[in-house]
Amino acid sequence: MALSYDILQQRLTDKFEGQVSNFQESYGMMEFEAPKEINLKVLNFLYDDEQLKFRFLTDLCAVHFPENKGKELAVVYHLHNMEDNIRVRFKVYTDINQPDVYTASGLFSAANWMERETYDFFGVNFVGHPNLKRILNVDEMDYFPMRKEFPLEDQTRIDKDDEMFGRG
Amino acid sequence: MARPVSYNIFKKPLETDISMADMPDGHQGEGFFATSLNKVIGLARKNSIWPLPFATSCCGIEFMATMGSHYDLARFGSERVGFSPRQCDLLMVMGTIAKKMGPVVKQVYLQMAEPRWVMAVGACASTGGIFDTYSVLQGIDQVIPVDVYVPGCPPRPEAIIDGVLRIQDLVGKESLRRRNGEQYKALLEGYGIQ
Repeated sequence: MALSYDILQQRLTDKFEGQVSNFQESYGMMEFEAPKEINLKVLNFLYDDEQLKFRFLTDLCAVHFPENKGKELAVVYHLHNMEDNIRVRFKVYTDINQPDVYTASGLFSAANWMERETYDFFGVNFVGHPNLKRILNVDEMDYFPMRKEFPLEDQTRIDKDDEMFGRG
Repeated sequence: MARPVSYNIFKKPLETDISMADMPDGHQGEGFFATSLNKVIGLARKNSIWPLPFATSCCGIEFMATMGSHYDLARFGSERVGFSPRQCDLLMVMGTIAKKMGPVVKQVYLQMAEPRWVMAVGACASTGGIFDTYSVLQGIDQVIPVDVYVPGCPPRPEAIIDGVLRIQDLVGKESLRRRNGEQYKALLEGYGIQ
């Protein structure tokens, strides 16, 4: 029997006894969340299970929700079951003051660079990552530019007059 | 049988559309011409500039049009585009320079031999342009000294040619002692070079 979102939800609920929660479907794609401590267990289960077989990590990124106190940073895994062509989004939330999330780079090699990028822009500390350093930005950068508290513009510039750029 | 297309059927009077460079000031008489070394070398240099295109985005495409047969930068003695900084006189930076690219631009500049000139083509190379963001260098004059800025987003080939002509002016009028002067050394030290 082909895999469906209903079966997936049932299997996850049975396996993790309600720790995996917040199932919802938007734009035809299911998403759910879990506590960050069990992110690898969920990913491993989705990977290894003979029925689920989510063995392709399409994307890994983070989102910053400043008003979501205690759960400011969301790490989002996009997974793909190639055989049944089913995709899911899996989120874990973390406190921005202690953004430690276990690395998925042992399970998916693709996660290696994507976690470096996520660290680069959001400062998520992937515990156990083999080479967690900046990948796209200059090494000297001392902040995480995609966090909402930082404006887009380069704050070190001195030659541009704010009034001339409509920001006065 | 008459051919459908014929070329050069109208007689073109020669010399009307050819402009000649003026002779530098000097004394001349039968069989000799005396002028200052400065002017002779300036004249030679300015009409044989080898550009090094450092093209990172759309301004580079405009430069390709400038080098093509229609606009033909070769008319101004810049026929030979060198792709090694060690052979070139003029660094043409065309396009957005990300902060991560900054050290590369500087490295290329350092590899060029004196005398060397730099032209920033387009809004991005001159000021960062529309990319007023954390990852983009806000003008290459933050890492290397620039002689001529060409505005535009991207500038038309005419504008690039105008920039090259202004570089030629600078090259032709530059004193041979400038690169040994205190002022020039201070300029380079301002960029942390040497």
